Amino acid sequence: MIRYIIRRLLWAVVMLWVVSFVTFVVFYLLPTAEPAALRAGKNPTPALIASIRHSLGLDKPWYQQYLHYMERLFLHFDFGYSYHYNIAVKQQIFERLPATISLVLGAAVIWIAVGVGVGVISAVRRGTLLDRATMGAALVAISAPVYWLGLLALFLFASDIGKVAHIFPGAGSYVPLSEDPVKWFTSLILPWLVLAASFAAIYARLLRANLIEVLSEDYIRTARAKGLSERRVTRHGLRGAITPIVSAAGVDIGVALGGVILVETVFNIPGVGRLAYESIINADLPMIQGTVLVGAFFIVFANLTVDILYAFIDPRVRYT
Amino acid sequence: MSSTTFDLIEGGRSAPLEPLTGTEIAARSPLELFWRRFRKDRIALVSLGFIVFLVVVAIAAPLVVKLLGAAGPDVQNPGALTQFGTPTGPSFAHHHIFGVDPLGRDVFSRVVYGARVSLEVAFIATGLSMMIGIGVGMVAGLYRGWVDTLLSRMIDLTLCFPVLLLGLGLGAACSQGNGCAGGTIKPGTDVVILVIVLATWTYIARIVRGQVLSLREKEFVQAARSLGASEARIIFREVLPNLTASIIVVATLFIPINILTEAALSFLGVGVQPPNPSWGGMLADATNIFNSAWWYMVFPGAALLLTVLAFNLVGDGLQDALQPRAAHT
Repeated sequence: MIRYIIRRLLWAVVMLWVVSFVTFVVFYLLPTAEPAALRAGKNPTPALIASIRHSLGLDKPWYQQYLHYMERLFLHFDFGYSYHYNIAVKQQIFERLPATISLVLGAAVIWIAVGVGVGVISAVRRGTLLDRATMGAALVAISAPVYWLGLLALFLFASDIGKVAHIFPGAGSYVPLSEDPVKWFTSLILPWLVLAASFAAIYARLLRANLIEVLSEDYIRTARAKGLSERRVTRHGLRGAITPIVSAAGVDIGVALGGVILVETVFNIPGVGRLAYESIINADLPMIQGTVLVGAFFIVFANLTVDILYAFIDPRVRYT
Repeated sequence: MSSTTFDLIEGGRSAPLEPLTGTEIAARSPLELFWRRFRKDRIALVSLGFIVFLVVVAIAAPLVVKLLGAAGPDVQNPGALTQFGTPTGPSFAHHHIFGVDPLGRDVFSRVVYGARVSLEVAFIATGLSMMIGIGVGMVAGLYRGWVDTLLSRMIDLTLCFPVLLLGLGLGAACSQGNGCAGGTIKPGTDVVILVIVLATWTYIARIVRGQVLSLREKEFVQAARSLGASEARIIFREVLPNLTASIIVVATLFIPINILTEAALSFLGVGVQPPNPSWGGMLADATNIFNSAWWYMVFPGAALLLTVLAFNLVGDGLQDALQPRAAHT
């Protein structure tokens, strides 16, 4: 077990390095745009650009820039300065982090609960009208773009513009948890549901397929033959059916982060995703780079956690 | 050398059976079997019909727009705006059946032209990533050893990469100045296709590798090898045909994902660049005015949803028909 964890840790370090290198290539080597000109504002003098180039270290060869970049990143956890806001990228990202975490955690609770619930019911009641209806709805949820769902939800149910009912607070109503927990909760209900919809659908479909397969195995027949109640039998099967989903969750976190950007943009939630979107509009390269790095780091750590968790749930993987 | 061996085996067969009189009995070809199963799936058939319709509309976009009397996608019609400059909704009187956008452009023709972009990007990106994925997956599965290890590690790495984030970074970094890599990569469909291919080929490679690993141990491959068949023959005549089913299913299931990725990137402003119409881009514009101009949000979104749904339904149907054992019911 320890050896397995060490191997995974080393792999995570490799991943971090690759991610940071790719980000360096994308933001430092590939663009032809002059970063110093972007930094300098409108109508800069050549002398100003030259001095900015020097202060940013852009006049050095790329490998020296790379060393400098790595040193700042891993020794000081420094992502540089925003072109647009003129403050440290790190500070801006940390300020925006609570909103994003609130959004993701709440949505994850919903999609796991709904996904597992629907998946189990569909598998047990396979072929019934209920099963067909929920699986049909699940496919629609997977096919709908999340930002469109968000716009529709606002259009129909937002308190300011809702055409059907003025139930939920509209876009831009996010309040930090520390300020007002009740408003925090109500303002996030719609974003949570919208973000969770497609994931709940994916998990329900996956769990249903796995559970149907597991329920046809011999040990389930044995359990039935022993006279266990159908409820106990299903719980028996669930353990075998849920393990592949844990590993799928690791990969999905990256996809979920993409969804976060879109949902935060639509609902105007001041999180890291919205920050990324605003930075694109402002052509604020260091800020985008910072959000990409933070997002990628997060995915690496999430994958590490999932892998280690998986080894606890399913001991077989430790030996492969 | 193999010709003599094959002849020997052919000759070694038992004497042909007495021909049956009356109706001729022929084995059903795999294609026939597939079609018999697929035909029964009415939902998948309807979806396939919708996709064909969509492809025709996309190819014939100028004709469709003309036939319905709508203005071109970039034609601004100030007469369709109210006196306050806000867009007007669907009306047959003005030939704007889906209404107009804030610039007075016809939403219907932009949706039709948007289908072009969407399908083009999805088909090209899926095609490219399939080619790379199949090639790499087959090499990894057939040759194993260090090639396989290296490729598998690469696959693991890309699987962990945040696709949309990478796309955002690339799109944003390349939207400045002269584009990326000395001007070869410019924002627009190129970047979108590049991002999608980079992000998806690994999934395909992993699936193909797994299939090849199990196929190469099958008796018929062993038999071909022991008969002295060349590597090329084994790859193209023995292994590849057996991958067709999974390749078709995977491709159909990746097209809708890629359509959604393109739309998301365009929505965020790093995909298809205005004034080119794209469904994601239209939805981005609609974010500010959907309260008053619901048609600007509903129609591009519905087009996107229906297209993706149709591909998903066809993919599910194909999976059931081509791989009955892996069917999910």
